[in-house]
Amino acid sequence: MLSPDENVIKHNCPPSKSEMLDALYLKQGKERTDKFQNAVVAVCGLGGLGSNIAVSLARAGVGHLILIDFDNVDITNLHRQQYKASQVGMPKSEALAANLREIAPYISLTIHNRRIDQDNIEALVGSADVICEAFDNAESKAMLVNTILERMSDKYLVSASGMAGIGSANEIKTKRIMPHFYLCGDLTSDVSECDSLVAPRVALCAAAQALTVLRILAGKFDI
Amino acid sequence: MVKINGEEKNIAGMTVAEYLSSSNYNLARIVTEINGTIVPKSQYADKTFADGDTVEIVSFVGGG
Repeated sequence: MLSPDENVIKHNCPPSKSEMLDALYLKQGKERTDKFQNAVVAVCGLGGLGSNIAVSLARAGVGHLILIDFDNVDITNLHRQQYKASQVGMPKSEALAANLREIAPYISLTIHNRRIDQDNIEALVGSADVICEAFDNAESKAMLVNTILERMSDKYLVSASGMAGIGSANEIKTKRIMPHFYLCGDLTSDVSECDSLVAPRVALCAAAQALTVLRILAGKFDI
Repeated sequence: MVKINGEEKNIAGMTVAEYLSSSNYNLARIVTEINGTIVPKSQYADKTFADGDTVEIVSFVGGG
């Protein structure tokens, strides 16, 4: 049992890299954790989906994340996205990188504070093993998915559609549309019709995406 | 017959563009695959469905 003083000291000093790795081995197994450690995952869009996906993957020990968003943290993001009130106005890519480094200090991060378009996709996500589509706009989702499936068919792609409103958690599903293309969500709840985004429902969809990424990295491709 | 999103339809010979427009899909929001292969948007006007094809059309909705 640590004395209160020792507790304070421990809180100020993060565990060593090997201590954190040992903890992951204990909870996830060595073989699986080593696969996560060697992986590169790109997260396209760092909102309600992407920020939650990134936190899950960082906690699981994914070795390298590529984080891409052109937007800044807004006060209306705080109810469902992994940012702090003190970060309003900051670029999301920088704010999320700072938060992830507090959670997982030894993670390797590449951040891009820019908009993804058809011309820069390959340069931005070309080194990833798995790509997460985590945009909010339906047209942008379709653009990213079409472009990746047409030009980068060797990549695994985990996308999302339909998580607005306050519908049941049981409606959030994962479908394997093509061998390398997975889709999470209820597929129908459009934010323009539901008129709300409820934090746990968005987080459920993000968790479904993050779990799908980890399953792919672990060699489990069925759903 | 062509199986689209799990439903059998009598549309063999129809182009992807014809079917999408007759079904009121928003072309800017969709992804189409036939038998596990993506159909590039530039080929929608030329690509025709064949008898026995299995097709998935994903129509994205907003929110994230």
